[in-house]
Amino acid sequence: MKNILRKTGITSVLSALVFMAGINTAVSAEDTIKVGILHSLSGTMAISETTLKDTMLMLIDEQNKKGGLLGKKLEAVVVDPASNWPLFAEKARELITKDKVSTIFGCWTSVSRKSVLPVIEELNGLLFYPVQYEGEESSKNVFYTGAAPNQQAIPAIDYLMNDMGVKRWVLAGTDYVYPRTTNKILEAYLKSKGVDQKDIMINYTPFGHSDWQSIVAEIKKFGSAGKKTAVVSTINGDANIPFYKELGNQGMSAEDIPVVAFSVGEEELSGMDTKPLVGHMAAWNYFMSIDTTKNAAFIKQWHEFTKDPKRVTNDPMEAHYIGFNMWVKAVEKAGTTDSNAVQKAMIGIKFPNLTGGTAQMLPNHHISKPVFIGEIQDDGQFMTVWQTNTLVKGDAWSDFLPESKPIISDWTAPINCGNYNTITKKCSGQKF
Amino acid sequence: MLLKFLENDKESQWVLIVLLAVTLIIPVCNLIFPEGSIFYFSAYTVSLIGKYLCFAILALSLDLVWGYCGILVLGQGAFFALGGYAMGMYLMRQIGDRGVYGDPILPDFMVFLDWKELPWYWSGFDIFPFAMLMVFVVPGTLAFIFGWLTFRSRVTGVYLSIISQALTYALLLAFFRNEMGFGGNNGLTDFKDILGFNLQSDVVRAFLLMCTGTALMSSFLVSRWVVRTRLGRVVTAIRDQESRVRFLGYRVEMFKLWVFVFSAMLAGLAGALYVPQVGIINPSEFSPLISLEIVVWVAVGGRGSLYGAIIGAIIVNYGKTVMTGLFPEVWLFTLGAAFILVTIFLPDGLVGLWKRKTQENV
Amino acid sequence: MILNGTGRLAMLFLIAMLLPLLFFSQQINAQEVTSKANSDVTEILEVKADFSSALLALKQRSLSKRAEAIKQLIKIENPRTIIILDALLIGNLFENRADGSLLIAENQGDYYAASQAETGDSIGRLKKADIKKIRLSNRLRSQLRLLLAQKELYLEDTDIRMQAVKTLAKNPTKEAIQLLKSVADSEQDETIQQEIQLILALQDMTSSDKNVRLAAVESLKQHTSLEAVNRLQHMLEKDSDGQFNEPDKQIRKIAKSALVKIEARLQVYATIKTVFFGLSLGAVLVLAAIGLAITFGVMGVINMAHGEMMMLGAYTTYVMQLIMPNHIALSLILSIPAAFIVAGLVGIAIERGIIRFLYGRPLETLLATFGVSLFLQQTVRSIFSPLNRSVITPDFMSGSLYINDFLSFTWNRIYILVFCLLVFAALLQILRRTRLGLEVRAVSQNRNMAKAMGIPTDKVDAMTFGLGSGVAGIAGVALSQITNVGPNLGQAYIVDSFMVVVFGGVGNLWGTLVSGFTLGIANKVLEPIAGAVLAKVVVLVFIILFIQKRPRGLFPQKGRAAES
Repeated sequence: MKNILRKTGITSVLSALVFMAGINTAVSAEDTIKVGILHSLSGTMAISETTLKDTMLMLIDEQNKKGGLLGKKLEAVVVDPASNWPLFAEKARELITKDKVSTIFGCWTSVSRKSVLPVIEELNGLLFYPVQYEGEESSKNVFYTGAAPNQQAIPAIDYLMNDMGVKRWVLAGTDYVYPRTTNKILEAYLKSKGVDQKDIMINYTPFGHSDWQSIVAEIKKFGSAGKKTAVVSTINGDANIPFYKELGNQGMSAEDIPVVAFSVGEEELSGMDTKPLVGHMAAWNYFMSIDTTKNAAFIKQWHEFTKDPKRVTNDPMEAHYIGFNMWVKAVEKAGTTDSNAVQKAMIGIKFPNLTGGTAQMLPNHHISKPVFIGEIQDDGQFMTVWQTNTLVKGDAWSDFLPESKPIISDWTAPINCGNYNTITKKCSGQKF
Repeated sequence: MLLKFLENDKESQWVLIVLLAVTLIIPVCNLIFPEGSIFYFSAYTVSLIGKYLCFAILALSLDLVWGYCGILVLGQGAFFALGGYAMGMYLMRQIGDRGVYGDPILPDFMVFLDWKELPWYWSGFDIFPFAMLMVFVVPGTLAFIFGWLTFRSRVTGVYLSIISQALTYALLLAFFRNEMGFGGNNGLTDFKDILGFNLQSDVVRAFLLMCTGTALMSSFLVSRWVVRTRLGRVVTAIRDQESRVRFLGYRVEMFKLWVFVFSAMLAGLAGALYVPQVGIINPSEFSPLISLEIVVWVAVGGRGSLYGAIIGAIIVNYGKTVMTGLFPEVWLFTLGAAFILVTIFLPDGLVGLWKRKTQENV
Repeated sequence: MILNGTGRLAMLFLIAMLLPLLFFSQQINAQEVTSKANSDVTEILEVKADFSSALLALKQRSLSKRAEAIKQLIKIENPRTIIILDALLIGNLFENRADGSLLIAENQGDYYAASQAETGDSIGRLKKADIKKIRLSNRLRSQLRLLLAQKELYLEDTDIRMQAVKTLAKNPTKEAIQLLKSVADSEQDETIQQEIQLILALQDMTSSDKNVRLAAVESLKQHTSLEAVNRLQHMLEKDSDGQFNEPDKQIRKIAKSALVKIEARLQVYATIKTVFFGLSLGAVLVLAAIGLAITFGVMGVINMAHGEMMMLGAYTTYVMQLIMPNHIALSLILSIPAAFIVAGLVGIAIERGIIRFLYGRPLETLLATFGVSLFLQQTVRSIFSPLNRSVITPDFMSGSLYINDFLSFTWNRIYILVFCLLVFAALLQILRRTRLGLEVRAVSQNRNMAKAMGIPTDKVDAMTFGLGSGVAGIAGVALSQITNVGPNLGQAYIVDSFMVVVFGGVGNLWGTLVSGFTLGIANKVLEPIAGAVLAKVVVLVFIILFIQKRPRGLFPQKGRAAES
């Protein structure tokens, strides 16, 4: 009996160790610089994120053709967090500790970023986040290359108010943090411009909402009060097609009640029947239709890389393009891929964007961006109808929210804080 | 003593010994050996193993109701998530004024939604023992109400499976709403410490792993004890011939209810251990798909044998970890194919395969 | 409704033939006043030159300059103007990349049939790469529409005239009102006449003459118009100084009674609308669930891949459109049998390959089909990419059936509702009247007995599963018209489908129909009160509680089969 026990005991411990070793073995260290790509390739977010993975592979490929970085080749490490938020954190840890990547490009939804954040901060990694988001955050380890609310939402409102004479507002969004924050900021902004509470309608719907009959009917009713009405849509991905279809079918044209969207780009449009969308608007920092030589070259490269002449480019792709090239420049400047050195070197780095301007990494880890408003055309592209004269600086903490008004972010000395209260002179929410 | 208790159950001994080894060796090695040593286990491994063990508890809880009581619950994830939320609420309260907006009481998302005071159901969660009690009480109560209603009206089979799915789906939708006061889609995150210790430190992480391992072993032993008592035998009888047991004079619904509530509490415990280790709890844990996956773990491991559930949970999740890293583009093919093959060729799961082998040898 | 491109163009051609006389006479009059000295010949040449240059000015990049060019074109009043502007409005005006001239071109699939914009001379077929579209912004578009509407008031087609009146009503300038007054007397069509009277009455409400206002308010009573309601409400509200917007007390009283009258009608319309919304949501639910009612309800297979069958149907629609891009409507109709065959064959393959090994173990079919569903999703993702695919809605399914301002039914919902009922009826007939139906029922009631009677149960199982999957494929065709076509399409509907079947009673098609519509209407009644999310939660909780009361759904299966 004892014998058997001992035998089973030893074998089981051994087998367990072998099993663990399987997890534990580090990938053999070749002399490359590793770049982690943390975008969902399956699950609900694959629709949006797969393209970004391809973009990163293209950018890395191109950099290698140019001779790599610091004399080494770049190596992409792709993992699939499968649209599962805890898995994002796990995979981020895997990338940093097991694969030893120098930086990570990834995440799309706010919740995935929030999930990854503690891991990145704990392990002092780097994350480039390419999607427009709600702000109210600035981490030492994250660079936000997408738009903050003041780089997308507020200019769009200005355009609608001043150029289109809109007096009544529908703020429609999916019920999660980005629309909630954006709408809160916009509500405060509209009120500061003298818009009455009864001229603002706010509506939230669940993810993937597909039956818009009642809500569209309600919007239609709201918009028929004799004042020019516009819908500001922060409706997320999948819910958009049924929404626009219903708008079209219920006879609301863009001329009567225009919709300006913050989450509908070229890629989303390529999967939609554009007929009911023509004339509706979107606010972005990049359009595929913008006519510059840099953009034309980027599109050509993308088509060659994907071997699909119909693939579109979009705003988050440009954000990754800028982010990646800024990182390359920062690594060259610092002469190392060490996280701290790169973080320091990043601030102030300039890189030309695809639309003719020059993006700059600001001390709050956001970048400066132009804002374009485009009308959707029947070929799924945008026609720019308005743009800012200069680049707008990303603001991490909105000035239109009472609780974040006194807060600023500045990662240079002497403040060195992402969450600095200018009244109490205190730095809060920090783990280090 | 323990081994004597398991005297005639070699498989259980194996599982227990392996678990014990894992719970002891990994955290200790993680702490003692320096990075780079071959005995070193990284924090990544520690948190990964921690996650697997939580899932193993969860699978165990499902195996109790499904494997021994014949109730296929497609909403086990709901109890897991509720336990997780209870723990998450405690961790949220622990943040105190270190949040983004620096409010001493309200969590950030409440400050943001302009809530002026803490809703009543959040009170008490700053006290650890109370929160721990809630980890069991909340899922247990839900299971009690749900079970009491369904078992009494003799809802069985697929009907029960589908309405348990409805239950978790309804909770998913409800928790998505920001008005509920559980952080909406983002859920609860950005935890700082537990009982005053920094959650990010290696020691705490190692300790959490030990706790999880211990919890798993005790859940296993308790469950094993339960299924071998008279109660357990009645329950197994219910699984096989419910009407006959009823005609023998047993109050079938009471037995079912008892097991169901117990299993919900185990799931809650798994959730509570899971949250501090992965650092986030959000409504996607309520998604019917997750609950389905739990069923798959148990099926792969082999239902009706408690250690089978544990093995299934660990193997499937280990496979997932490896696949999502190695073949990110095609791992769903492999996973899908594995489920199909296991159901067709291994009706009793991997454990069944093993048993068949040993029997052949005999 | 709005005519399609060709019809409209043809119509305008006709007008173009008739209108030149009018235009030219006006032009000549104007010329007489301004410059008597110039000879007619040079004048016409100049106008022509102006016309050409204004036309070319449409190509400019700047939107404001383009707007200027449009105004210029209208001023010149060339007979081609209206044709060109109409082409511009519907997106058929292009620039010829070869020589920079403007073309009117219509998409004919691979090529464009083009003609010179200025002269109307056909220049044959051009490739897409040869031409560049003249784009419009919203503002230009509404400006154009307004200008065109003024001309369209005189057209034969009552639909176009109605549309023109409505366009003018949106922007009631003095000119527009004048124009409407002038056509009011000669308008023969009653509904258009009514519409014009309404607009004029609304205009009169702001008149300074009390009696005119009174008459206007009086006449608003019989109109069911949103604008009328808004104006009446406005009359009764107080402005910032605390004064009523309408100073006269008597008029306010009449306005109030008019409002009450209209609102009573609105109540009825609102109810009808909610019921329609509910029915159309119900139709979608029934379509999604009805295939499952067969695979799950009749055969007892917990088919987790059911959603993916719908996805396959939706992708079939997409592929059919790729095959015949010029016949969208036809391709949609052909998609129905195609989707049935594709999904049905995949269903049979699944049954033969996997499920037949699992009969008698219903809960394990759940696992295997879950694996199948993951597999199918990833297959589609690999073939079609994870991006959504665009499925074009044919013209007959867009727009809505307009009853009045408060009541209109969208065509796609009407079609889906009808389609759902047709599918249901067809399925019922198959199960009732055909041999297959008989055998299916026999096998599901008592497999062994059926076998003993010589029914090939294997074959029947495969056919039944194929039938259920095929119906799911058909549902996918319908779904492609209202939602995204992507790899996740199926997942969005799987939970709902199971709810519908269970709520209705497993094994009962009628139950599925009733339960789908009930849940749809319940959802839509609750939605305005509780919001979209909470409405759904309430409905789910209701189902859970309902099952306690009636553990076998609305219409429980009776007999021996119910025992297992």
